[in-house]
Amino acid sequence: MSSVNNFVITVATANGSGSQSSNNVLVRTLFRMGLPVGGKNLFPSNIQGLPTWFTIRVNEKGFTARKRLADMVVAMNPATASEDMKLVHPGGYVLLSADAKLPESQWRPDVHVISIPFKKIVDNVTDSVKLKKLLVNMAYVGVLAELLGIPESALDATIEHQFGDKSSVIETNKKAIAAGRAYAAEHLKDVDLPWEVAERAGQNDGKILIDGNTASAMGMVFGGCTVVAWYPITPSSSVVESFIDMASEYRIDADGKKNFAVVQAEDELASIAMVLGAGWAGARAMTATSGPGLSLMAEAAGLSYYAEIPAVIWDVQRVGPSTGLPTRTMQGDLHAAYYLSHGDTKHVVLLPGTPEECFEYGQVAFDLAERLQTLVIVLSDLDIGMNLHGATKFAYPEKPFARGKVLSAEQLAAAGRFQRYKDVDGDGVPYRTLPGTAHPTAAYFTRGTGHDEAGLYSENPETYKANVDRLSRKLDTARLLVPRPVADVQPDNKVGIVTFGSSHEATSEARFLLQRNSICTNYMRLRALPLTLEFEEFLASHDRIYIVEQNRDAQLMSIVRSEMPQYSSKCVSVLHYDGMPLDPDFVYEQIHAAEMVST
Amino acid sequence: MSGETNRVGLNKTDYVGAKSTLCVGCGHDSITSHIITAFYQSSVDPYKVSKLSGIGCSSKTPAYFLGRSHGFNSIHGRMAPVATGVHLANSSQQLIGVSGDGDTASIGLGSFAHMLRRNIPMIYIVENNGVYGLTKGQFSATAESGSKAKSGLINSFQGIDLCTLALEMGCTFVARSFSGDAKQMVPLLNLAIRHRGTAFIDVISPCVTFANHEGSTRSFDAVKSHNVHLQELGFVQPQQEIKVQYEEGTTQQVELHDGSRLILRKLLSAEHDIANRDLAFARLNEARNKGEFLTGLFYWDKDSRPLGEQLALPARPLSAVGEESRPSREALGKILSRFE
Ligand SMILES: Cc1ncc(C[n+]2csc(CCOP(=O)(O)OP(=O)(O)O)c2C)c(N)n1
Ligand code: SF4
Ligand SMILES: [Mg+2]
Repeated sequence: MSSVNNFVITVATANGSGSQSSNNVLVRTLFRMGLPVGGKNLFPSNIQGLPTWFTIRVNEKGFTARKRLADMVVAMNPATASEDMKLVHPGGYVLLSADAKLPESQWRPDVHVISIPFKKIVDNVTDSVKLKKLLVNMAYVGVLAELLGIPESALDATIEHQFGDKSSVIETNKKAIAAGRAYAAEHLKDVDLPWEVAERAGQNDGKILIDGNTASAMGMVFGGCTVVAWYPITPSSSVVESFIDMASEYRIDADGKKNFAVVQAEDELASIAMVLGAGWAGARAMTATSGPGLSLMAEAAGLSYYAEIPAVIWDVQRVGPSTGLPTRTMQGDLHAAYYLSHGDTKHVVLLPGTPEECFEYGQVAFDLAERLQTLVIVLSDLDIGMNLHGATKFAYPEKPFARGKVLSAEQLAAAGRFQRYKDVDGDGVPYRTLPGTAHPTAAYFTRGTGHDEAGLYSENPETYKANVDRLSRKLDTARLLVPRPVADVQPDNKVGIVTFGSSHEATSEARFLLQRNSICTNYMRLRALPLTLEFEEFLASHDRIYIVEQNRDAQLMSIVRSEMPQYSSKCVSVLHYDGMPLDPDFVYEQIHAAEMVST
Repeated sequence: MSGETNRVGLNKTDYVGAKSTLCVGCGHDSITSHIITAFYQSSVDPYKVSKLSGIGCSSKTPAYFLGRSHGFNSIHGRMAPVATGVHLANSSQQLIGVSGDGDTASIGLGSFAHMLRRNIPMIYIVENNGVYGLTKGQFSATAESGSKAKSGLINSFQGIDLCTLALEMGCTFVARSFSGDAKQMVPLLNLAIRHRGTAFIDVISPCVTFANHEGSTRSFDAVKSHNVHLQELGFVQPQQEIKVQYEEGTTQQVELHDGSRLILRKLLSAEHDIANRDLAFARLNEARNKGEFLTGLFYWDKDSRPLGEQLALPARPLSAVGEESRPSREALGKILSRFE
């Protein structure tokens, strides 16, 4: 392994101890130095006190997925220090807070343990006891900077960028970092790390380091979202909170009025109902939630599907079932989302795999919901949504909003007759009118009960069947409109790998590892349901297909089994579902072992 | 009267909807006809109205009035948030919602309470029959304790008084009426049409099929014999003359922003002031203790501020917001620079 720009550092602290901004300074400084870097926060469902870990991975090849073990652990949390020592691989380094008072007998003999008196380091930086507690975190930044060779100017620049015009905050933080640096310079001269940081000036120009939830919110701000109804739930809350934050600044009309509305609803039953009311009346409306909320939205999802009302649910998946592991990641809602509600329902599901796609789908979700007059569920997850990923700066969206088949009073006058659920164009998508359209034929009655082409109540068997068959045709239309899968295909490779969403990061690296072991794979990343023709062709053209997903029940595989059964015998599941972000070694090991048997 | 056109040039027949499919004699159908009358009298433009409901016999009725208005028969208990969404998307629409006591007081209680807190501008009618009509006569949560079901079962739970609950939740217009009482309902509806907030009207509306027997506290006879009017209500449209002569000192007139007038004539020995929320609670509690169906206007906040105003929504509906709302290229650059 290359020793330049190739390492993993895990910082172990306690929740609420103020380590977040230090970790941010560290990871952003590395990013601003041009290094490919990612940051993952492993946090508990707790506000203060329980252990939390932040992992920074620098990798010259750009692989920033989670590694099981780190090269260095900064053990700040007395409660977990001895456990945290296990997070480093043999020969690695542990910067152990002397304040943790871990007896030497418990130090691992196979790693380099360096005890550092962080409290003492910041003792002279400030008189405030409260501040001292926060500044120990900046002290480890200083120590690491000295050990890794991060220039002072780079750190200073990040701090100034991060804290803006709060000059006293900037000064105190710089002082704490300097104290850490000075300590390391004096006492850790002999520490010679087997890796180093080398600046790659300009390499990250045009790039950003961002979490998917913020990117999603940006997408909605630029994508014309006007109504948001939500009920707070981890890990989706920051989607709406970022939306409020940005929209309050950038979505203001010339007269000072907001051209959007956000309502914090009483529960998810209400949030989705508000979204449906707003969508029915013509607004681009969405809600953000996670598993428990998605379950509560099931009945309304069926109403959206059957009464054909545009709506968007942004589901940032966490570990289920039930309350599950609220702060851990999983791709467990694929079935719930695709089939949400009773009766025959299938929804359009978007599967963003990168921050760029979170941003893009912020508009695409509404375009599809309005064009198809139906519910669109975006399945993000905690790993994409809340962790920091490198991304290309989002291109300014130029595409006009697709508002779908909405008839105005003038169009109604010209058309003669209007029937709400008539398939005029043969694509399964009917025309609609909005409340407020001043024409005697504009009005229709929306209902979740059986209805005929005119929207009138009907229990007629043929009418019912014709209607739901049309909804199937509409899903076929959706097949042509949803984002296409992304593929990396060489004609000679007979082994294919399929992923979606956050599995992309780790699987890309696993493919690299496989290739180094002479297993060349083709790749397809799905970006939406329903399944498209490209996917079917991919399945058809490979001998073996590994479907990598982060759930126990092979949910994507079972959709393949039901919709493309002819290929299911060549598909093999690679399943990861312990709540941790997918790691490349796991994917590599699973596929490698299976290939050894197959060939 | 049906031949006469109103101030927007429409006949009363322009305000009717599809033919009702409810049981003959159902109280809900009477309410439908009061709604038609009031919207016609108040010359409401049907294109500016959205009709909403949940699920139940009562929730079917929006199909039977205002056939030229968009209607949305949604899901059980969710009329309130659906209406909230419609208001957010297009605050220029006048909303009228019809729900049932099951739809509002059981499955939709939470949604109802929270809509009131937000003061969504809409007429919210509960067609209250003490039972679940559509699922064949089970007790609802508003049934009085001691009431007898058609099956013979006696209700042992205290009924929820939706008017008291509405007051508690900050509702800005609280009234109760009886489906058979056109003289009271039509003025109430005319006033409700002009209210800038949630106008809640709890309408006792007998279910002739499942709750019209001896022993039911909600049979026509029981309701009629226990119905006490809080006041006599009249409503005078703008530019309309007052025809009735009232005795000095017994009436109060309230002029509304469009020149129409609400007439309140004292009936009870006890004083009531519709602007006094505490008195409204008192009247409702007294009536409950006496086992009366006290009907009339309990509370009205003339200066109510609807949600849209509180959120500072723009003059154009949010549904009409298009690409012009997309922030500039510079704005994107500025936001992105935070993540460099
Ligand atoms: C989620 C759900 N649960 C149960 C039902 C069955 N259901 C239909 S109407 C109704 C009760 C309606 O009672 P109410 O609102 O009082 O209306 P009424 O028929 O008495 O006018 C019930 C329980 C349903 N439609 N949806
Ligand atoms: S069952 Fe009762 S509430 Fe329903 S329509 Fe018949 S009379 Fe009316
Ligand atoms: Mg009822």
